[in-house]
Amino acid sequence: MIAAARIRLPFLLFFGAVLFSAGVYGVLARRNAVLVLMSIELMLNAVNVNLVAFGAYLRDVLLTGQIFALFVITVAAAEVGIGLAIVILIYRNRETINVDEVNLLKW
Amino acid sequence: MSAQEIAFVILAGVGSLGALRLVTSQNVVHAALYLVVTLAMVGAVYLLVAAEFLAWVQVLIYVGAIVVLLLFSLMLTKAPIGRETLDNQQRALAAFAGIGVLVGLVFLIQDTFGGKPPIRLQPATTSQIGASLFRGFVLPFEVVSVLLLAALIGAVVIARKDEVE
Repeated sequence: MIAAARIRLPFLLFFGAVLFSAGVYGVLARRNAVLVLMSIELMLNAVNVNLVAFGAYLRDVLLTGQIFALFVITVAAAEVGIGLAIVILIYRNRETINVDEVNLLKW
Repeated sequence: MSAQEIAFVILAGVGSLGALRLVTSQNVVHAALYLVVTLAMVGAVYLLVAAEFLAWVQVLIYVGAIVVLLLFSLMLTKAPIGRETLDNQQRALAAFAGIGVLVGLVFLIQDTFGGKPPIRLQPATTSQIGASLFRGFVLPFEVVSVLLLAALIGAVVIARKDEVE
């Protein structure tokens, strides 16, 4: 019976923390723009896990945690669509998608 | 530990492993497939905390759409392979930052929520989500639809090949 199920909040938050740290490492260490976008997805997922965990923890009748996670997923989808369009455009113009070689706007 | 916690530890372990392999993998296609593993495990965790609608949205949008989009763009940009082309020279510094964030977060979480009683999970049905979404969050919902439309048009306009004049 699901209604009697129990889980400790820190477990869920630790999982979110691991995903977020992996995302931070990926964003900082990767050169390939698509891999950087994947790492950003990882960080957004970590945030969603935390939102759902706190929603369950606070026993919110409006389910705000889950609904906010839905909005984050939607915005992430929009972000990935635009991001990949920009990546493809950069590849077409520069023949590379390494973020440290795209320095047209560098001062 | 309850049965839910044991199941969660297994799912979260697999998900974390997938995330770590994703950011260290030397092959971009493998990285995308590790992303599938991690996203699927996050979806399974949603199921475990009885957020069923969110779990299926996760599978549908992340595993279904976003990963396919990422794989397509890897294909279009001729996905290179190898550590030197995929990683920059600041790996050690980045690892330091990642581990620092992890240690700080774990310390804060343990300090703040360590002794709290466990959550008694209550299933959130799809009809509850729908009722809450369309009663309490109608305006944000509409704003997000406009945002999605703008992103759709923007992506088409940006990625379109210019006609030769």
